[in-house]
Amino acid sequence: MMQKNDGEVLVSFRNVQKTYDGETLIVKDLNLDVRRGEFLTLLGPSGSGKTTCLMLLAGFETPTSGQILMDGQLLNTIPPHRRNIGMVFQNYALFPHLTVRENLKFPLAVRKMPADEIDRRVARVLAMVQLEQLGGRYPQQLSGGQQQRIALARALVFDPKLVLMDEPLGALDKQLREHMQIEIKHIHESLGITVVFVTHDQSEALTMSDRVAVFNHGIIQQIDPAITLYEEPANAFVASFIGESNSLSGTVEQLNGEHCVVRLDSDARVTARAANLGGTGTRTVLSIRPERVLLGADASTCENRFSATLKEMIYLGDQIRARLDVAGTADVMAKTSVAHWDSRLQVGDRIDVGFPVANLRALEPM
Amino acid sequence: MNTVEDAMKPPAGGREVPLKVRLRRAERARTLGYLALIAPLAIFVLLIFVWPLISLLQRSVDNPEVSAALPRTVAALHGWSGHELPGEPAFAALAADLEALKGTSELASAAKRVNMELIGFRSLLLGAAREMPLAAGKPAKDAMIELDERWGELATWQVLARNRASVTPYYLLTALDFAIDDTGAVINAPAERTIYRAILVRTLWMSVIVTFWCLLLGFPVAYLLATQPPKVANLLMILVLLPFWTSVLVRVAAWIVLLQNEGPLNTAMVRLGLIDAPVQLVFNWIGVYIAMVHILLPFTVLPLYSVMKGISPTLMRAALSLGCPPFASFWKVYFPQTLPGIGAGGLLVFILSMGYYITPALLGSPKEQMASYFVAFYTNETINWGMAAALSTILLVATLALYVIYARYFGPAKVR
Ligand SMILES: Nc1ncnc2c1ncn2[C@@H]1O[C@H](COP(=O)(O)OP(=O)(O)O)[C@@H](O)[C@H]1O
Ligand SMILES: [Mg+2]
Repeated sequence: MMQKNDGEVLVSFRNVQKTYDGETLIVKDLNLDVRRGEFLTLLGPSGSGKTTCLMLLAGFETPTSGQILMDGQLLNTIPPHRRNIGMVFQNYALFPHLTVRENLKFPLAVRKMPADEIDRRVARVLAMVQLEQLGGRYPQQLSGGQQQRIALARALVFDPKLVLMDEPLGALDKQLREHMQIEIKHIHESLGITVVFVTHDQSEALTMSDRVAVFNHGIIQQIDPAITLYEEPANAFVASFIGESNSLSGTVEQLNGEHCVVRLDSDARVTARAANLGGTGTRTVLSIRPERVLLGADASTCENRFSATLKEMIYLGDQIRARLDVAGTADVMAKTSVAHWDSRLQVGDRIDVGFPVANLRALEPM
Repeated sequence: MNTVEDAMKPPAGGREVPLKVRLRRAERARTLGYLALIAPLAIFVLLIFVWPLISLLQRSVDNPEVSAALPRTVAALHGWSGHELPGEPAFAALAADLEALKGTSELASAAKRVNMELIGFRSLLLGAAREMPLAAGKPAKDAMIELDERWGELATWQVLARNRASVTPYYLLTALDFAIDDTGAVINAPAERTIYRAILVRTLWMSVIVTFWCLLLGFPVAYLLATQPPKVANLLMILVLLPFWTSVLVRVAAWIVLLQNEGPLNTAMVRLGLIDAPVQLVFNWIGVYIAMVHILLPFTVLPLYSVMKGISPTLMRAALSLGCPPFASFWKVYFPQTLPGIGAGGLLVFILSMGYYITPALLGSPKEQMASYFVAFYTNETINWGMAAALSTILLVATLALYVIYARYFGPAKVR
């Protein structure tokens, strides 16, 4: 087992750009450090350039400009088969004419390992993915989940420096996907390998990763651990892409250090935490998570307090979701536990709403 | 299996129809529907292909001539030992048959048929018929031997006796250069009469060469077709299919124009100083191979293309990412998956070339003529249906044998 060596950089992208057609940049000026032993996820909507980044790293595409370094060595000119990077493909890419065991032996035989070493390693990875009995089968005789595990085992069996996974769980059903998320996470922890994982599923990213890089339009919007992404989104895109969030737009009136005063479009003033803002007078988007919105008596001590109209209630068993009209902004969502909810409330009633300063973030608009 | 059946069983004591029966009933209508859909083609194939094929196969062993022309002789020879000359009754029967049929075409065709096996029999039989009826008062045996001493030879009567039956192995044996000697044993035909084995070997060999070149030239084209973006691939596909747009005869004529000694190719090569004098490119093997490969190339490209289209390009990437160098990745991962296409395309071209007739006939010398040429020769020129059918049968059997080998090694069960 390798010791996690926090902070040591394994791979770094320096000012990397990529265009396929010479017109649009799919990756615009990417600067990214992958730390040794970490589980880094590239998260972003479809078409945001995640796969392209992975292909640049694996060597199947070449950067239009910029450098990619691994262990301090320039990767740009090293062909894919000499990079020693394992890869798990979305459709698994198992070799259909070889049995599971032959698939696993493939990377080892290419490296001309001795036969007993090959057998030992194959047995070990088969045990790791708990498919010892299926070594003699052909890939198409396996279920999707089993193929997925074999693909994972094949990418790990030759001890690569880095393992890349491009939406590897996309083809599995929800239950199996959640199971595999945990399994991959455990394998990562026990082997201490470095993983770069690509997904467009935020819950998958939050479940598995040490750090998540949120992509949009070929730019990293924010790269942070899950909790920071959720609680302290760097901009309006991250706030809306990760989890659920209410957005209220306004103009910055005062900036005093950590805090700022924002005039909403309905002329109401609120105090919020300032994150990456321009100066006074610039437009901003205020973001607050539904579960951070205070309702009724809870809001009485809050600095940003409004009277709102209850438009809709959705009962979710353990929680209640309320849709509110607040200070001229329609469709503000609030989420509260059933125990906290005043059961006498009806749709159309007035209710006090509070936005705690600590949880109301003034962000750069998208 | 059992658990499903158990679970699906009707409740105990119920009088319900078993599930299997209900399933079969439900499927019956659909099965009938399918049958109705394929019925027109099935009937067409049966009438146009299967039936003629069977009658062709039958022709290769059919032997009606002697038994039709000489029924009394055939009856009299029944039970003859074959070791000594038959007795008087056989001679008398033959005399009676000859008298009855004197001058008819039936007798002529029987004489022609037996003459294939015994040179000179035709004149012997027709000569004897002319002398009929025999003078009375003398035994028919003595009278016939007096007419021609060959009637006293054992071989004459053996060949007649052999052809009593309405089926004969003669054509098939001849088509493989075998013969039947006087004792009825199968022997190799005398050297001066052996041609068919050489022709069959030549047919197989030329087909192998054509198939080889088609695969070698077709593989990269199919690979290009399968991996290029659609715009390029469509253009390439049109070029591949271009040969299908003109008739084979037109293409053969074009090749003659192009390849002849005074043709553009030779002229250009002489002008460029590559050669001193025109090279014979047509009416020999070069012309035959060039034209056959050209005509048959699409038949390898298309199956290869359809197989390659189904091979995921990420497999090659996977092999590279596992550390396998590019050519080794192609050879170990991509190529094995094209084997069904190579098998199908190769088999198709091989079978088509085995039956090729027009191209070698027009572009080759006598040394390049394949089995089909002789089939045509026997049907068109000598009207020997038996030989034509026998050669066709042997081609068919060779083709089927190849197909069995193909199915064994490349069939769907073998290739994953
Ligand atoms: N090989 C390629 N040639 C041209 N355009 C491509 C190619 N691969 C990806 N693209 C384009 O690049 C953009 C980003 O694609 P991709 O990196 O696959 O995004 P993601 O994986 O985030 O969904 C898309 O608009 C896609 O059309
Ligand atoms: Mg992608």
